[in-house]
Amino acid sequence: MIKERIYGPTKSLVGLDVLGQMMICPGCYHGMARKVICEVLDEMDIAGKAIALPGIGCHSSLSWLMKVDSIIYAHGPAPTVATGVKRVLGDKAMVFTLQGDGDCAAIGAGYLVGAAARAEKITIFMLNNALYGTTGGQLAPTTLMGQWTTTTPYNRDPSSGYPLHVPELMATIKGVAYSARGACATPAQYRKTKKYVKMAFQKQIDMVGLSFVEILVTCPTHWRKTPAEAVKWVGKETIKEYPLGVFKNVDKIE
Amino acid sequence: MVEKRVIRGKVEKKFLMGNEAIAWGAILAGCRYFFGYPITPQNEIGEFFARELPRLGGVFVQVEAEMASIAALYGAATTGVRAMTSTSSPGWALMQEGISCATVAELPMVIAHVQRGGPGQGSISHSQMDYFSVTRGGGHGGYKTIVLAPTYTQEMCDLAQLAFHLADKYLTPVILLSDGLLGRVTETIEVRPLDFGPLPPKDWAVGGTASRESGEPRRISTARGQGMVRLPDGSSMPFTDFAEHLSEKWQKIMDNEVRYTTYQVDDADMVLVSYGSSGRACRDTVDIGRAKGIKLGLFRPITLWPFPHQEIHALAQQGSKKFVAVEDSMTGLIEDVKLAVEGKGEVHRVGLSIRDMRTAMGTINPDRVFSEIEQWL
Repeated sequence: MIKERIYGPTKSLVGLDVLGQMMICPGCYHGMARKVICEVLDEMDIAGKAIALPGIGCHSSLSWLMKVDSIIYAHGPAPTVATGVKRVLGDKAMVFTLQGDGDCAAIGAGYLVGAAARAEKITIFMLNNALYGTTGGQLAPTTLMGQWTTTTPYNRDPSSGYPLHVPELMATIKGVAYSARGACATPAQYRKTKKYVKMAFQKQIDMVGLSFVEILVTCPTHWRKTPAEAVKWVGKETIKEYPLGVFKNVDKIE
Repeated sequence: MVEKRVIRGKVEKKFLMGNEAIAWGAILAGCRYFFGYPITPQNEIGEFFARELPRLGGVFVQVEAEMASIAALYGAATTGVRAMTSTSSPGWALMQEGISCATVAELPMVIAHVQRGGPGQGSISHSQMDYFSVTRGGGHGGYKTIVLAPTYTQEMCDLAQLAFHLADKYLTPVILLSDGLLGRVTETIEVRPLDFGPLPPKDWAVGGTASRESGEPRRISTARGQGMVRLPDGSSMPFTDFAEHLSEKWQKIMDNEVRYTTYQVDDADMVLVSYGSSGRACRDTVDIGRAKGIKLGLFRPITLWPFPHQEIHALAQQGSKKFVAVEDSMTGLIEDVKLAVEGKGEVHRVGLSIRDMRTAMGTINPDRVFSEIEQWL
């Protein structure tokens, strides 16, 4: 006899797009990252006032998958659009971006730092797959040293610089209330990441400052790996460059 | 300081500079959100809002670049409030991506553009050199936005209010096109709220699914033309549907929103066509000519897009055979005048080389316009 229901479908996650298609490549962890966010939205009972700002690329194509209001703009400025929304709606809305590493840390780096410096009461989720997925697998600011991409065909070397550690960078900015990096490659990582996501939304509810969570995800298609290999690669390679954990957590910015 | 009685509708006379008059007009139109970045010669607009909006329960945010001004404005507009930004030429260039996106997402917003000299960093005073990028859709994709061009400080305040109305009516960015000279001309105006009639409800605005009865999510997107089928809310559709949807709207604006004023054109042999600050000079040029018995007239477009092509063409048909585009730039307005006249008369132009000084502070003056056009009389 079932006494208590402890697991079920995530209410605010649709899973399929408007045409009933699953738009995620096999083994891609975008779906997992969305699930962790949606679970938290449901558990905190804030999905009804959530406004998502998917960045450009897979994120905007996948915006159908979450059953929340969403706003799509251009490549990079999601934190600034979020600023406009949050400044109008205040605590009536939970405003978060959902951006790729290129969107957030290359073309959008200036917007991200600007919003952080102003201590905007918004939440930024940056999904790090170590390359540009939608455009076919090019070098991103987060590409690992020695990694093959279509624009580092001889593998990344110092001529294209070094991997950018965004949550560590965000932790140095006074207007940031919370900064963390999680992953979803194992159940343990998933549970930990869920705590980070919850904490990030809590900072917004408490109107402390900007909260930032990077989530390490896979892109088997452009990594040229099987889904199983891709998950292993996150555990072995990506995490080595990008350590998981909380880099900043304050309840008040003085 | 904005007095509550003026907001409530009491008409008052005030001695204002053009930039301030724009801000007053916006306040009277109910705009309480402003996002901007400093750039000369429009700083009085942002400074006005920084001072006034916190008192009025609104929000002023100085962001990190003009790309951010327009992005934050886009965000505010998605919630359905009236919001604006202002800038000058180099900042205007930086906003093009956002204006293109807002045109696609069909978000109402007002952008005050106080032109300075260009190209590049140009000058920090005035010019009318952004005519093309303002009237032709300066960003990617060949779109159209309504452009209102005030000439007098009173018009700054009045057209700012009209800009918000038209933005809400047609769900489009509206550009209020001023320049560094008009921004600083200071004169007594009537600060008066204008009523342009009812508007449709903003039943497309976001605010969370719990903010509406249906509980269905809303999506505001700049990628509307990437769909396979047309969704009921129009947030996604096949590409051709999307392109036709926008161009049908632009045709509606062209059919209904052309605005202009004329001065002594009925019997004019030569019609000066001019807008903004040079339009102001040309009115005096007409008087100089008439005093000498020369039949000059002035046609001053107020909407630069939609441009009054048909109305100028009608003047050519009625007997005015000479037209002179007068503009404080190297090119621009003359091309619209040529399109309007369609070979039915001569078209000449007077540009910024007739300014009274060779420095950036030089201006187009009535007497110099007159001595220039004498060669075509």
